[in-house]
Amino acid sequence: MTLRGVSGAAALLVVITLAAIAYKVIDQASSAISIFGLGFLTSSEWNAVTNQFGALDLIWGTAVTAIVTLIIAVPIAVAIGLFLSELAPRRLRAPVGTLVELLAAIPSVVLGLWGILIMGPFLEAHIEPFLSSRLGFIPLFGGTPSNVGLLPACFVLTIMVVPIVASISRDLFDSVPSDLKNGALALGATRWEMMRSVAIPQVSAGLVAAVMLGLGRAMGEAIAVTQVIGDTPRRGWSLFGQADTLASRIASQYQGAATALQTSSLAYLATILLVLSLLVNVSAQVMVRRIRRRMGT
Amino acid sequence: MSAEVNPLTVITPRSRRRRRVGRIMEGVATSAALLAIVVLGIVIVSVARKGLPAVNADFFTKNPVPFGQTGGGIENAIVGTLIMTAMATAIAVPVGVLIAIYDTEFAPPQVAEMIRLALNVLAGVPTIVIGIFIFGLLVAGSGQSAIAASIGLSIVMLPVIARATEEVLALVPTALREGGMALGATRARTVITIILPTAVGGILTATIVAVARAAGETAPLLFTSSIFANTVVTDVHQAMASIPLTIFVDSESPSVADQQTAWAAALVLMTCVLVAGIIGRLLSLRTRRQIERAR
Repeated sequence: MTLRGVSGAAALLVVITLAAIAYKVIDQASSAISIFGLGFLTSSEWNAVTNQFGALDLIWGTAVTAIVTLIIAVPIAVAIGLFLSELAPRRLRAPVGTLVELLAAIPSVVLGLWGILIMGPFLEAHIEPFLSSRLGFIPLFGGTPSNVGLLPACFVLTIMVVPIVASISRDLFDSVPSDLKNGALALGATRWEMMRSVAIPQVSAGLVAAVMLGLGRAMGEAIAVTQVIGDTPRRGWSLFGQADTLASRIASQYQGAATALQTSSLAYLATILLVLSLLVNVSAQVMVRRIRRRMGT
Repeated sequence: MSAEVNPLTVITPRSRRRRRVGRIMEGVATSAALLAIVVLGIVIVSVARKGLPAVNADFFTKNPVPFGQTGGGIENAIVGTLIMTAMATAIAVPVGVLIAIYDTEFAPPQVAEMIRLALNVLAGVPTIVIGIFIFGLLVAGSGQSAIAASIGLSIVMLPVIARATEEVLALVPTALREGGMALGATRARTVITIILPTAVGGILTATIVAVARAAGETAPLLFTSSIFANTVVTDVHQAMASIPLTIFVDSESPSVADQQTAWAAALVLMTCVLVAGIIGRLLSLRTRRQIERAR
């Protein structure tokens, strides 16, 4: 038993764990896969009485929450990254950066608790009526205000995604050579023009990778989402309505699954989620790798 | 880098507009950072305000009481979280450190790259999927247990520890490595007697961050340790209560007493996690400085 052998075995364990996760999850889903096939993806039925299950509404819910979350979170996160890297006075950088990162440390179940008991009722009483009276003609803001639904889910996810994307963007902007930044400033660019025309384009591929990681987080979060989204599968445009996502459905139903087929269908949802998260994460990694190679490090 | 106007600059309406746009965008970026801090403050203050009234000695030393009765605490959940997190740490720290050692000291560059990729992918697997994996692997046949839950939590911790440890190991100066070898020590001996002691602060930091993460995880426990008695359980082959699951279940209860318990449990959990986060952050800054000074 050499250190080389033991540590190599530990490293191998990572690969084995990944393979075992894929195998065990698909294995549990196998009866649902053989009965429903790919039709599972296009059926919106979820009925334990008739034993019919489909994922369409949940895929819809996952897509809407993830997209809306990214639309809100990415500009905020990149702006925070720019602030921390280019604008903040030197003494403020570490403390502000730490505070933003602490936001990511709050357990999702605590955010969900806050979301369902404080933010949800606040949105229902103040924000949603305002949005629906001013912008109600847009389908997203139509419908009756509610304390649970897509909008609170998107806000809770935004709180989780912003710190991740912000700290990666800060590191990216820090990595832009100061010669380039100073060059732009010396040519008479304002600081904003320098960020827009030098800093952001320099790291755009990295920013895309950061957004992908944020997307992975938004898609995969089960607990906080199931606390605030209402657990009612639905395909509709209104952000005020209840809905459900792949991850949150698993969290809300796994224990109470009435039939073996329902349990298997939940594992089928987990399979979809696993495939999506692999796609998103691997492409983010490949992108990061390509940037590193180009920068020669 | 100052925003002062150079006296030689010719001020035209266009340059004035460019400066104004610049100031507005800088204001937007600053307010984004401010917004994040405000949200953090709002969450912390509301959890503290709602939770504090129920945090007392009983809360830590008594078990939950049957529905309808008042009083009681969450001792069983606190003990459960401590035991399960400790077991997960006991699994994840040695394995994670070994992975980092293999990657930085032994692996050919391409293999190291691949393992790094695998770690990143593992870190991206949704925790609810890990829960289902453990359910299929360990729970479906033999029932829920604290051991099954701990293994699930250790999978969540593993990439955190391995990646952070690798970072500090990479910071250890090459001169130290070469010094060890030059004295005739084997590679393994160099790692154990020279490199690990230098990096121990960084490993500790990584452990703190990972423990904070695992202590707050709910999804891996949902299918592995969620059906439990209202008493303190120390048998690791049985399911144990946990703080996150207590918050999760009570947050969806219509009962005000349950919600009160959820807030108090959230306050306890959040305080521990945030304090750990700050300590981890301060330690990592210190380790980095120390290692850089050693260079």
